[in-house]
Amino acid sequence: MNEETYDSMVKKASPDSPLLKDCIRAFAVGGLICMIGQMLTNFAVGYGFDERSAATFTSVVLIAAASLLTGLGLYSKIGKFAGAGSIVPITGFSNSVTSPAVEFKKEGYVLGLGAKIFIIAGPVILYGVLTSIIVGMVYYFAGR
Amino acid sequence: MDYIRAFAVGGLICVIGQILLDKTKLTSARILVLFVVAGCILGGIGVYDRLIDFAGAGAAVPLPGFGNLLARGVKEDIDTMGAMGILTGGLKAGAAGIAAAIVSAFFMAMVFRPKEK
Repeated sequence: MNEETYDSMVKKASPDSPLLKDCIRAFAVGGLICMIGQMLTNFAVGYGFDERSAATFTSVVLIAAASLLTGLGLYSKIGKFAGAGSIVPITGFSNSVTSPAVEFKKEGYVLGLGAKIFIIAGPVILYGVLTSIIVGMVYYFAGR
Repeated sequence: MDYIRAFAVGGLICVIGQILLDKTKLTSARILVLFVVAGCILGGIGVYDRLIDFAGAGAAVPLPGFGNLLARGVKEDIDTMGAMGILTGGLKAGAAGIAAAIVSAFFMAMVFRPKEK
């Protein structure tokens, strides 16, 4: 499972299918995942969570659920239908961590699972943190 | 009403990803990177929080929301602890999501075998 196979796995979702159909599916599934997220947030707020904790709760539940669906082999089925609708939400991030973890366990716990767990999510964290440092520098020196 | 806004905005962000996927040579992994970086920049200039005010989870759940979280964390840490916050804020804000992804992935790897593709 490297970037290419992950990509072909996702691309298999929509072989040559028209853009409009892909977009409708992405909209429906992506929208649905976000709506579930809103339900979780409202649920948490109802239980007295502050706004920040409710958002964290929402992310954690969605990540755990997507991880379970990935382990069960169901998330890739959703992905075949939904394309970006299953990649762009935080659940797609979770899928990109669990998928190689399950796949590469057979190569060992350190150099298999351990080294390859972040094969997709690693770049996301790397460039996200780098960008946040640049944002921080601008904010520190110019923004305040 | 907040459910409809979350659905519409979250769905539209995914449609942007779908168009990039279909119409450019960008791979899904690159789109993930692009969306987090974009969310972080939009968060840095203070735009993304307004989208979250409007759409709630519709803006927070897609990956730009994760990028925004990093930007917000950096600003807050700079406000409370000065220059060191430039380094600490991002990962600290993303910690819950990253840790949750790691622990659940590890657990799933214990329990499940790879599925035939």
